[in-house]
Amino acid sequence: MSFLIAESLDDALAAIAAGARPIAGGTDLVVGARHGKEALPDELVAIDRIDQLAEIGPGPGGIRIGALVTHATLMTDPLVVAEFTALADAAALVGSPSTRHVGTLGGNVMNASPAMDTGAPLMVLGAVADLQSVGGSRSVPLDELWTGPGTTSAQADELLIGVTLSSAPQRSGSAYVRLEYRRAMEIAVVGAAAAVTLGDDGTIAAAEVALSAVAPTVLLVEGVGDALVGRDPESAASAAAGLAGEQASPISDLRASDSYRRHCVGVMAKRAVVAAARRAAGEDIAVPVNRSIGIGAA
Amino acid sequence: MSESFDLEVNGVAYPVSVDQSRNLLSVIREEIGLTGTKEGCDDCECGACMVLLDGQPVNSCSYLAVQAQGRSITTVEGVMQGDEMHVLQRKLLEEGGVQCGFCTPGMIMSAHALLDRTANPTPEDVRIGLSGNLCRCTGYAKILAAVEHAAAELG
Ligand SMILES: Cc1cc2nc3c(=O)[nH]c(=O)nc-3n(C[C@H](O)[C@H](O)[C@H](O)COP(=O)(O)OP(=O)(O)OC[C@H]3O[C@@H](n4cnc5c(N)ncnc54)[C@H](O)[C@@H]3O)c2cc1C
Repeated sequence: MSFLIAESLDDALAAIAAGARPIAGGTDLVVGARHGKEALPDELVAIDRIDQLAEIGPGPGGIRIGALVTHATLMTDPLVVAEFTALADAAALVGSPSTRHVGTLGGNVMNASPAMDTGAPLMVLGAVADLQSVGGSRSVPLDELWTGPGTTSAQADELLIGVTLSSAPQRSGSAYVRLEYRRAMEIAVVGAAAAVTLGDDGTIAAAEVALSAVAPTVLLVEGVGDALVGRDPESAASAAAGLAGEQASPISDLRASDSYRRHCVGVMAKRAVVAAARRAAGEDIAVPVNRSIGIGAA
Repeated sequence: MSESFDLEVNGVAYPVSVDQSRNLLSVIREEIGLTGTKEGCDDCECGACMVLLDGQPVNSCSYLAVQAQGRSITTVEGVMQGDEMHVLQRKLLEEGGVQCGFCTPGMIMSAHALLDRTANPTPEDVRIGLSGNLCRCTGYAKILAAVEHAAAELG
């Protein structure tokens, strides 16, 4: 095994071009290896000291959130909390304080678990993944990045340097809600994110909903815009619940049956739309929604 | 492959020579000889192995020792102030927040990180701060009380 600590982005890109796997916080990679899920890669390059990847701020095409931003930062960063609230909701639910201080957004995205918490928020907020290699850079929409449980369309020599999001118009809000059996150290049984913009009359002007842990990848629900626009938030939320239940293709495992997941993801979608609409209307619902209005815990 | 480097633990630089796949916990316990930090689940679930890395909590069972070089590590041995117990240690004893004691070092490190970043934590802040630490004997109430009292004393 070889282990290199990259001092710069160029160092890291060169190392992965030569075959090394990036490690950020290691909370998926090392924990998985110790579990025996997958052996530790032969060559690792630690990217956790590349400070430029830990920044949040204006980038080409929107606000760039660097791949090394930790969950602890996401849940408290004033810009993220104000503009991309669903992402802060999700980060605040990850593991425990140690997981949140060590675990990164980039690791969460590239680990590509369908149960990942930041995925559904990023999808409804229209984030794109910014990939870079020695050969160049490209941006990929998230539904093209995630190809299955634990797999992405990124090449082995591409590093995720961050995600780029656009600020939403006035009277917009977002929320992420997850069903959990306990309040910490939990994996989503199912989860749902919603982003909503309200019109002057208080009805829905635009909306997106995405789901976690009910399909091989995080799932952007189709037809949400058409079904929700023009409705008041309560009836829009019910419509979202129906679409979520129809489009989910959950599995049964020791945590929940497929039918329970299908039912509950509708409930979560409904609650996410309601919370997002309340935030869009200017209500201050503290991060994470799960704790502040008790809508995630079983 | 084995690698030689320094690990800074409680302000002391310890030269170590270990396989790159070794976890930080085993290096702290077996190479450096500081056995206050415990191995419980060895799977990031129980928090007995909690140490601070540049002041932030990390599960040392699942963190590579090589990745900790250049950072400053604090273990439970590093929280004493000279011969004086840290206020968290004192309050845990006073409240009876220690029974078998196995979870205590991890609890102290998580609480330490919480108190460092949060002045006047609410009871809810304390519960969240300790949410990565399991205790199988006290029932938690006395541990939570000890941390709240320590926070009050620190002001
Ligand atoms: C106790 C515990 C609780 C957890 N709870 C949750 C939870 O509630 N919700 C949740 O979603 N997750 C949870 N996780 C999973 C994990 O903490 C997160 O997915 C975290 O964000 C991973 O980040 P990391 O930096 O530690 O990733 P690493 O383990 O360092 O990397 C993960 C994968 O991504 C790759 N990678 C990392 N960074 C990049 C990059 N910039 N470009 C390309 N590839 C990259 C690595 O090669 C590896 O394959 C939990 C984990 C633990 C141990």
